[in-house]
Order: sequence, then structure tokens, then C-alpha cells
Amino acid sequence: MSTHHTKEPILEIRSLSKHFGGVKAVDDVSLTVNRGDVVGIIGPNGSGKTTLINCITGFLKPTKGTVSFHGKEITGKKPHKIADMGINRTFQIMRPYYSMPAYKNLVIPLSSPRAKRVGGWRGGGKHGDRDTVAVDILEELGFERDSRVPYKMAGTLPTGYLKRLELGRCLALRPELIICDEVFSGLSASEISSLVPLIEKLNGQGITMIMIEHRLAELFRVANRVMALSYGEKVTEGAPDEVINHPKVREAYLGSEEDF
Amino acid sequence: MTTETTHKRRERIDRGIKVRSESLYALNSFEEIAYLLTPRVMLIAAFVLMPLILSPWPYWGRVGLSVCILAMLSISFDFLANYVGLVSLGGAFFYGVGGYMAAVLNTELGLPPILSIPVATLLGAAFCTLALLPCLPLRGIYFAIVTLMYPLLMTRIIEAFDILGGTEGFRGIDGFSGFFTEQYGLILAMFIALFGLRRFVNMDGGLVIRAVKDNDQSVRASGISVTWTKAKAVFLASLTGCFAGAYYIHMYSNVGISSFALDLSIMPIAATIIGGAGTLVGPVLGAAILVPLSEFLRDFGSLRIVVYALVLTGFVVFRSEGLMNYMTRKYQQVERWVKI
Repeated sequence: MSTHHTKEPILEIRSLSKHFGGVKAVDDVSLTVNRGDVVGIIGPNGSGKTTLINCITGFLKPTKGTVSFHGKEITGKKPHKIADMGINRTFQIMRPYYSMPAYKNLVIPLSSPRAKRVGGWRGGGKHGDRDTVAVDILEELGFERDSRVPYKMAGTLPTGYLKRLELGRCLALRPELIICDEVFSGLSASEISSLVPLIEKLNGQGITMIMIEHRLAELFRVANRVMALSYGEKVTEGAPDEVINHPKVREAYLGSEEDF
Repeated sequence: MTTETTHKRRERIDRGIKVRSESLYALNSFEEIAYLLTPRVMLIAAFVLMPLILSPWPYWGRVGLSVCILAMLSISFDFLANYVGLVSLGGAFFYGVGGYMAAVLNTELGLPPILSIPVATLLGAAFCTLALLPCLPLRGIYFAIVTLMYPLLMTRIIEAFDILGGTEGFRGIDGFSGFFTEQYGLILAMFIALFGLRRFVNMDGGLVIRAVKDNDQSVRASGISVTWTKAKAVFLASLTGCFAGAYYIHMYSNVGISSFALDLSIMPIAATIIGGAGTLVGPVLGAAILVPLSEFLRDFGSLRIVVYALVLTGFVVFRSEGLMNYMTRKYQQVERWVKI
């Protein structure tokens, strides 16, 4: 983890709520993410983690509260506008373009207005050049360049590669903030241990990250701050060890003492 | 000792060519180039020779042009349905708007066909795209139903307000200067639409459009507006459709509310099913079968639609992949004998 001399807030969430009818999926959650942070969000299933990031990235409109990026309010903006500002996300259920080869999947984000504006990719992104840039990005993510993997149909790739492809889509957009929705889930221990250095490397390049995770051991290797959610409410926030020892977090994950 | 025998085995000829033509390596023989070009050349040659063969029979010349008109509408349908994921029943809408636009430009403003057709194509496509803009978030059957309403709506508006010539339509629109101008103008335009779109769908811009069909949430997450991407695709499709309409009314020198007829939305689907969906060439083949077939069946009177339906059903049941996909597969399976 990088050390932070200046704490410059990049993303500020203030009293955000999202209600579906009577269900309070996210209830009055506030969080500040500083530049260079790796913030983990943990919580049992159904605690509102994915809803929270859907609200940040514009895929859902929050019922109450605001989200600001670099001090500018982005609440309720369209998803592509928010992605265009440099907040890029992965999906928990991977969403590749199944009918295209893996590298063509990255040609889409490379053709976006943001990639053209701030990309600075070599070749200037003319037709055909994006293919090479896409393979470059995939190689950085662990797709062996000389193997046939980058050229295989995305539909035939195993989960591990699809998770990397999700990250690739973010990287192609030259993100400032990547929000990962469970990148480690569904992966084997060895696949995760090869992804962790990648996350550290991206963070070292100055990319701020928010990571939703169930795999706490791996998350705590990379995260410098963790927020715990339960039933849509923020339970606690702080350094990883503090959070995991918090009685309410233990209760949420392991059940209360009385249950035993 | 052993007798000298030459053993032979059969070998598919497309494998090596496929590998080489998809990568950087140039094709290394005339045979391979010929293998790749033959189907394309056959298609082009057929349409280039058609006017020459049909010139003694102007009636059948017109039938040939109807093939091109239906082919363009079908290409437009195939592109929207199988590359963008918008199943459009708006063929008649594109066609009618293009037709009326050209009629107004020609009769009211006096533009000659050489100007009225391209201007009507552009303005018509812009009009169609704006009209369909509110429906773009819809998908599948919902988009289909809404696009079906547009041509019906146009007919009613023209009738009710008695505008644009009312039920009479426009007459006395300028025709073309000659048989061959008329023929080759349309054939050229059809090839531009066909090969232009085929190339476009494989370029980066076309890839983004196909991505919307595959997974629109991912496109949004890539910082690209899905609505804008779909609007661009609809514009391309309506260009093709409006051109067909504008050209057709100059051929027959009149336009009426029949330009918004339901047939023009339905026939392209039939042509696409017969020809092979998602190929863009298939719809051209489908049109080349359907239009002459419907001419031959004129003698059957009211039984025509029965025979027509049987042919369609036959294709759906026995060749549901469509002719083009079937023929491509067979062509790739062509084998030759090689010595071993």
C-alpha cells in the first residue's frame, strides 16, 4: 500500500439511501475516499454493497443523498457520463461481449470518447491500432500475448480470465477510480494470489480503488481502509484489523453470541 | 518388394486460406485469391449482367429493380435486427418517408432526380432517426410494435389532414433518362449499401454497435452512450431504406399512401429469413428469390399467397439457418484430392 502524504478526497458519499419500495437496500451511508486509497466494502449477502456502487456509478438513482467526484456532484448522472469522468467499475456477474474475441472486447472501451480524449494510447487509436493496444492491456493483465488466449471468443474463456477482462475494460478507459464488485469471488486461491499483485500494481500507478469483497484475507492484504455494511447501514469504518474485530461485524458474519 | 501405389486423401481447401486471410500473411497463390473472390464476383456479375440480359423485356427489368429495392430494405432490416439488436418493422416507414421526401423535392422545388434522391435520402434518414429516437430504449418485440405503428400513423395523418396530396399522392414526378441509367443507378446503390455495411460492422465503430446488442450495460460502463450508438445505427439503416423509397417513386413517377404499405415492413423479414439472418448478403439472395417468385405466382390469382406461404414455411422448417449460411458452410467444406 502506498503511503499518503496529502489526503485529497476524490469521492464523497453523503447520507446516501436507496429504497426499493419499503426495503431500505442502502440506508444513510456516508464514505469519503481519498486519492490513492484502496477502500474495501464488506458485509453479508444482501447488505447493500452492490446497490451502493450501482448508485455511485449511475446504474441506479439514489433515493436520498449525494455523491461527489472531485468536489463536483454526480448524483443521478447517466452511467456513461460517470464512466466518462473516470469512475470505472467491474460487474460482479461478468459482462463480456461473448460473441467477440477477448481483445475485441477492449476495442469497445478504447473507442469511447474518454479513451480518445485522455487515453494517449500509442498509434492514436486509428483503426487496427486499437487491436494492438487491446492486446497490450490484456498482456498486462496476465493474458499470455503469444498464446491464443487473447484471440479466443470471450464466451469460451474461464472465469479467471473474464474477471481480468472486466478489469481490462476499466484500464482501457484510463480510470482515476476503479470500483471492483467481487473480483475475487469464484476464483481459486492460486488465481486470487496472482490477482492481488495486479491490484497492488494498479494502485501503485495512482489508481484509487474501491473493492467489494467476501474474501476478507485477500482483501485485507490490499485495502488500507474498510467499511462494513449490514442491512444497508454502515456498521463501522476504519483500518482492516479494527473493522474485523468490531463486535457488530463479528455478529453480522458469525452470528451473535446468544445464537450459540 | 513393395509395389508403388499412390495414396490419395481428401482435404478441405478453406482451412489454410482462412488462417492466412484472417492474419497478416498475404495469400500466396492465385488459386487462394480465386477461392475467396469467386462468391463475391458471382454476386456482382449477376447484378451487373442483369440489365443487359433483361433489356429486351422492360417489364422484367423492372422486376429486377424491385429485387434491388426489396434487397435494400432487407439489408436495412438485417443490419438493425442482427447487428444492433433492434427488430424493426419500420421498413415501410423508411421507404415511405424517403419516397414522399423525394416527391416533394422534385414536384415542389423542381430538383432533378440526381439531386432529389440523395437529398431525400439524407433528410428522410434524419427525420426517421428523430422520430424513432424516443423508442430506442425499447427492445425486442416492443421496439418492433412501435416501429410498426409509424407507417400506419403516417397513412392516417396524410389521409386525415389531406396533406402531401392526400389519398391521391403526387403524380408526374420526373423519371430517369434511360433504361440503363435507371438500372445501374439502383444496382450501384445497392452494392454501396451492402458492401459498405459489411465493411462497417467489422470496423471499430461497427464493433461498438454490435457490442450494444451483446451487452448494453458494458457499453454504458465503457463511457459510451447506448442511445447515441443506437441512433447512429438507425440513421444508417434509414439511409438505406429512404434511398430505396426515393428511387422507386422516380421509377414509377408517382407516390401515394401505398408507400407506407405493411408489405414493405413484412417482406424484408421474409427475405432475411430465406437468405440467412446476420449475413447482409443473405437478404439480397432472399429478395432475388421472393420477388420473381411472387411475379410467377401472379397467374395463380388468390392462390398466390398460399404458395408463397408454403415456400416460406418450407424454408423455415428445412433451412432455418437461411440460404446464405447454408451455402457458406457447404462452400467451406469443398474438398480436393491430394497425394500422400
